[in-house]
Amino acid sequence: MEKLQETLNETWHFYRRTLTLVARGSKLYYAWCFSLMAIIAVALLFYMRQHDLGLIATNMNDQVSWGLYIANFTYLVGAAAAAVLLVIPSYVYHFKPIKEIVVLGELFAASSIVMAILFVMVDLGRIDRFWHMIPFVGSMNFPQSLLAWDVLALNGYLFLNLLIPIYLLVKFYYRKEPNWKFILPFILISIPMAVAIHTVTAFLYNGLAARPFWNASILAPRFLASAFCSGPAIIIIIFQIIRKVSAHHMEIEDDALFKISELIAYAMFLNLFLLSAEIFKEYYSQTVHIASFRYLFEGLHGHKQLVPWIWSAMTMNIIAFIIFLIPQTRKRLTTLNFGCLLIIIGVWIEKGPGFVIPGFVPDPLGEIYEYIPNLLELMVSFGIWATGLLIFTLLMKVAIPIETGKFTHTEYEKEITAFRPH
Amino acid sequence: MEKVTKAIVLGVLFLGACFTSLVSDAAEEFPVAPPPMTEGMFPCSSCHATLEANRKKRELKEEHTQIKLHHAEAMRWCLDCHDAKNRDKLRLYNGEMINFTESYRLCGECHGPQYRDWRAGVHGKRTGYFMGSGKRTYFLCAHCHDPHEPKFKPLKPEPQPVKPKDP
Amino acid sequence: MENRRYTRREFIRNLSLTTFAGLSLPLLSSCTKEEAEDFLQKHFREMTKEEKKRVIEKLEQRYLQKYGRKFQISTQEAVPDTLWAYGLELSRCIGCRRCVYACVKENNHSRHDPQLQWIRVLRLKRGNLINLENSDHYYDPEIVPEKGFIYLPVQCQQCQEPPCVKVCPVHATWQEPDGIVVVDYNWCIGCRYCIAACPYKGRVFNWAEPNIPKEEINPSVHYLGNRPRMKCAVDKCTFCIQRVRNGRYPACVEACPTGTRKFGNLLDPNSEMRYIIDRKRVFRLKEDLGTEPKFYYFFEA
Repeated sequence: MEKLQETLNETWHFYRRTLTLVARGSKLYYAWCFSLMAIIAVALLFYMRQHDLGLIATNMNDQVSWGLYIANFTYLVGAAAAAVLLVIPSYVYHFKPIKEIVVLGELFAASSIVMAILFVMVDLGRIDRFWHMIPFVGSMNFPQSLLAWDVLALNGYLFLNLLIPIYLLVKFYYRKEPNWKFILPFILISIPMAVAIHTVTAFLYNGLAARPFWNASILAPRFLASAFCSGPAIIIIIFQIIRKVSAHHMEIEDDALFKISELIAYAMFLNLFLLSAEIFKEYYSQTVHIASFRYLFEGLHGHKQLVPWIWSAMTMNIIAFIIFLIPQTRKRLTTLNFGCLLIIIGVWIEKGPGFVIPGFVPDPLGEIYEYIPNLLELMVSFGIWATGLLIFTLLMKVAIPIETGKFTHTEYEKEITAFRPH
Repeated sequence: MEKVTKAIVLGVLFLGACFTSLVSDAAEEFPVAPPPMTEGMFPCSSCHATLEANRKKRELKEEHTQIKLHHAEAMRWCLDCHDAKNRDKLRLYNGEMINFTESYRLCGECHGPQYRDWRAGVHGKRTGYFMGSGKRTYFLCAHCHDPHEPKFKPLKPEPQPVKPKDP
Repeated sequence: MENRRYTRREFIRNLSLTTFAGLSLPLLSSCTKEEAEDFLQKHFREMTKEEKKRVIEKLEQRYLQKYGRKFQISTQEAVPDTLWAYGLELSRCIGCRRCVYACVKENNHSRHDPQLQWIRVLRLKRGNLINLENSDHYYDPEIVPEKGFIYLPVQCQQCQEPPCVKVCPVHATWQEPDGIVVVDYNWCIGCRYCIAACPYKGRVFNWAEPNIPKEEINPSVHYLGNRPRMKCAVDKCTFCIQRVRNGRYPACVEACPTGTRKFGNLLDPNSEMRYIIDRKRVFRLKEDLGTEPKFYYFFEA
């Protein structure tokens, strides 16, 4: 009991100190945070309008009933799963350059999951009824409904990706050795969990016999392959930004980035290979179900809105693959960053709108409706991305000083004793 | 003794009559809607009781000119269905007279499969209750198919659904 | 240094407290007792008889206020030994859409913004029946039927293996014992997963608060059927559950001018549906998906 009281005291003390850490920063930090908060405020106003009017305020309708929100959700769950590509080298292979940054990667996964959950919540028609989904309180349709599985998987993964880094950071703050017997099982579970969240998300599309574009067994592997491209690409860019702007000179070795980029190369190969497998199957057998593919890649009955988007995505993916394949371009930071940007955008198009919308075109009765998100959906989406970035920034503002050893309990005690009147 | 025999004979005859009426297609066994007659036409005998029947097959030029016969008119004409002597009744092939409310029996003589399906409720239209004791209405053949010109007239369709707005 | 740290901490504390207070104020003020009751309403299948009665009374009050008509909301359960099925004779449909609008009137659909219709009539070129990709939903000729075309009305097929029931994350939709797939409109969270899962586009979504003209309201409703819905809940054809459980034909059956539509109880060997399945050439849409629909299309002979 006393131990628990002590732990709680320590945690509270730690939390109060992090608030001061978060509130202090450079001009760039303030500008960044306040502009993100401004975007979030505007997005909230737009969301209130959607909440009032109903989802008719978006451009979704009975024909295309999922749009930008679910597209972003799919992408972000993939980005979150990518943290596993840091966890495996650090904790299973003890690769030192990545081991130093794995905590930051897990916090990135947590922010990504928060964004994904927020996207699902704004997409719900009746957000006031979301408690119906809570097991035992509401009536969750487990195990039949894949959405129920997704809720459990996402929340479990979020819990893991908050528990592990926060536990390690707090221990490091107090300069205490983490109890590996306690935390290592959680860490090891987060590896299959990362694969699980994205597999469950893939299955929720995969299981729908009504949508032949999604009802392909190849969907889960494709999801994982594209997730393991896009997530680490975001991580590479973010870590370079951190390296540059962090006042505490976070040491992120180039070797870590190059290792991650090597893994991206393999994942991108798999992504492209699986895509070609799908395209072969559809274009060779030429059943009726090719309609959605035709809509996406060529246009269907004159409707070709997504065609330029998907072809740019394909070009970006292939160029990025080549960049990542050749060691010279992979190991040079300028080309590496360019490749990462191409992958982030290319996979977003391929996995977001290029995946969700063709599933609805043509609809089960053959109707075609071309969907473009309207201003409201765009603003709410920006707002949620800004929320995720803000959360990640605040988490980094605490995590980095702890990792670099500038923010520790002993430092605090030193300061207090220095100022204490004798 | 004579009285008893008389009673038995009458009783048997009575029962026989009931039985026969059950065996043959009983009158009004279906709860049909009233036949779709033109206003003021029925009873036909109000005019035809006094008129002499002209059994020559011809195109009517003086009365009933609004009726265009397009129903196997090469093979039959009015008096093949409408009884010549009693215009308030229709005439079956075997000479039996039926009311207009039983006109399905006449149609069924040529259109057997449709008649069988109509009796089961699969051809034609029924409204109201199909279970329990609620009111139900079976539509006669004549309600949908004008017996003189049975081909369905094309209809004006109801409005198209609202097209989703082009974004 | 110490002073600055103090004021910053003070600042953060004040800021967070004000924000919290500011956000909670609208939440608390808008929470009337009725809204709280609405929020906590249980799933229809878990309600006791008294709770159902209370909910019905509350709804009848609300509808009276909103539409000015006295509603009779039934919660009648399934008639024992019934499994409802529908028959549609494709040789006779002329595409006049009278069924669509009879359904709209009977079932209190939103007329505009959004316009909800449970029945969709497809026009297909002759020679093509199964590939629905070339269908036209918005045909608008002067008269029907048009030469060279056939018409295929589609609505919820009341599948025996409904994919929509499988995917609903909150059990808001389920199959009743008499075979009708229903939705508890007050339990639906509006995630639209069921709409993605339905192969027949049988389900529609109330994208906004429905617009029903007061003079066309139908006040005899069933809780799981045609009572006026609310925004952001899913609804679908219920085989006119308010009619069929009393033994009355659905509205679309009664409206069809060519006698195309048939309805009956599959468990009654003398019903019209059994007659049709035994004697006519019946088929069901997208049978290869294994949904086992109870909507039988057939042709003469």
